[in-house]
Amino acid sequence: MSERIIESFQIKRIEILDERGDADETLMPALSDSDIRRIYELLLLLRTFDQRALKLQREGRLGTYAPILGQEASQVGSAFAFEKTDWIFPSYRESGVYITIGYPIHMILQYWAGDERGLKIPDDLNVLPISIPVGTQTLHAVGTAMASKYRKEKTAAITYFGDGGTSTGDFHEGLNIAGVFQLPVIFICQNNQWAISMPRSKQSASKTLAQKAYGYGIEGLQVDGNDVFAVYKATEYALRKARQGEGPTFIECVTYRIADHTTADDATRYRSKEEVEMWKTKDPMQRLKLFMEKKGLWTAQYQHEVEEKATSMIDEAVKTLESIEPPQPREMFAYIYEKLTPRQTKQLKDF
Amino acid sequence: MPKLNMVQAINLALKEEMKRDDSIVILGEDVGRDGGVFRTTEGLYGEFGAERVIDTPLSESGIIGAAIGMAAYGLRPVAEIQFMGFIYSAIDQTFSHAARIRYRSRGRYTCPMVIRTPYGAGVKALELHSESTEAFFCHMPGIKVVVPSTPYHAKGLLISSIRDPDPVIFLEAMRLYRLIKEDVPEGEYTIPLGKARIVQEGNDVTVISWGSMLHRTLQSVEGYDAEVIDLMTLSPFDEETLLNSVKKTGRVVIVHEAPKTCGFGAELSATIAEDAMLYLKAPILRITGYDVLVPLAKLEDHYVPSVERIRKAIEEVMKY
Repeated sequence: MSERIIESFQIKRIEILDERGDADETLMPALSDSDIRRIYELLLLLRTFDQRALKLQREGRLGTYAPILGQEASQVGSAFAFEKTDWIFPSYRESGVYITIGYPIHMILQYWAGDERGLKIPDDLNVLPISIPVGTQTLHAVGTAMASKYRKEKTAAITYFGDGGTSTGDFHEGLNIAGVFQLPVIFICQNNQWAISMPRSKQSASKTLAQKAYGYGIEGLQVDGNDVFAVYKATEYALRKARQGEGPTFIECVTYRIADHTTADDATRYRSKEEVEMWKTKDPMQRLKLFMEKKGLWTAQYQHEVEEKATSMIDEAVKTLESIEPPQPREMFAYIYEKLTPRQTKQLKDF
Repeated sequence: MPKLNMVQAINLALKEEMKRDDSIVILGEDVGRDGGVFRTTEGLYGEFGAERVIDTPLSESGIIGAAIGMAAYGLRPVAEIQFMGFIYSAIDQTFSHAARIRYRSRGRYTCPMVIRTPYGAGVKALELHSESTEAFFCHMPGIKVVVPSTPYHAKGLLISSIRDPDPVIFLEAMRLYRLIKEDVPEGEYTIPLGKARIVQEGNDVTVISWGSMLHRTLQSVEGYDAEVIDLMTLSPFDEETLLNSVKKTGRVVIVHEAPKTCGFGAELSATIAEDAMLYLKAPILRITGYDVLVPLAKLEDHYVPSVERIRKAIEEVMKY
């Protein structure tokens, strides 16, 4: 008879770039100066997009929109590591992932403006339409990873969800299956501290979300989600593992939803101004800017050019959006089944 | 030609299709080494291996959700839910994703998936092992619902379902699994989805049924000049065959084992009332399960529509 510890685990947290813009050179991922500039430009593009989307919503030109302010590093840092052959299963707060992989910006806006055609995924992108039911998309990534493994292809499946998503049943089923079959899946949790009005502390009693992975036989990492280098490094590591058949990885990106849950929400009802202000000091873009300035990669002139470019890209997208003819009522019927049913054919006569 | 029961016919369809197309994979609980709790997948694990006949954890939502991801990637998964009463935890995946992925992605991704599940009462099973909730699925656009009534039709309909470009719920009447043996040809043949069949022609009354209730219906019509229709596909259902028959006979009895309220009989009845009212000689009658939960063994026989109840309904409409 004995009493002994038969299992224990440790959670690694990765931080590379701090709020003053200083980076731990020993931990820096292999990114060239031009990669770093590109990442900065994406962060700025996302922010420009997000601000414009909110403005369009206030003007009544978009419907409800889920902002990404504050989470840009988690989205760009991870998506920047993907290959074209990887498959991505996002939630509804992943406009930044879409933009990073090159999804047409006007189509993202088109969807939020209430036009399903915005989700017609371009053929050269392997991203799924954003998932509305929270946590359900984890399982689709698992299935794609199973298929990729069966086909002996190098495709990795990456799924995004939030801290709220970790409370769902499908999250559990997804991680469990991924663990059992050691599938090439990456679970990216953007722990933005709030699921509408529910704080992270009320979502789970677990000290970290990353440690949940260990219950499923999956490696779990935590990263500073506002540190684009840390997010990139963790994602790149997880992708390499997936491609080498070394199984799934769970990455908890600790970040913050600076804005409301959606434009239909008012976060001042449930959280303090002080908390929001504190997180604003951890801004992901500001710290990269400071880093680049120290490296001689950032100048006021460069900032001006990047801002102009981002603004003109978003202007262009809005212009394209507004030039799109509204959908025809008949399109409601077009993609329910491959072929219309006899009854649908009759109903279509209304239009 | 071999005489097979429904379990064997389903097994043969799966085996032949998997040989034909390596994009077909099976996943579910106990489907691999065990060959399925009803043995419908027996021998497939040995023949096609663990990557194509996948024993999953006990995880209904996981089975359907993973199948959706496989289908998006280009496979044709055949998912098994061990009993229909266990599908409820996978309804979110089925309705919110399988049914919608073609629509949401505007055709970029589709879900050519079959969800096979045993349904229905009549074998004195445990709680939630006798469910017949086909109407839930018929109400959701984007998925199809198929219910075979014989081994021959099970094979042909399953092959069509596997090849169908959209998600299909394939309901296998547990009571029929080993009840009937009939000639089932080897090699491929398909029975089109969306088409009903006239099992026997008649002039006085149209009796509509599907799955295990078809057999009870056939026993009930003896002595009447009844036209018996096996609906086979509930969604999308074959309005044309139905209405043509009703226009001929002017009398309708609908038989299903699910509860009456919002059962699929309600849809059929409403369709007939809308499109063939002026041909009717008698009220449309529905003989169904009662609006109760399917009882356990001791009361099961009182729940499932009996030959007597069906005959009484036929007698009733024949009075007009």
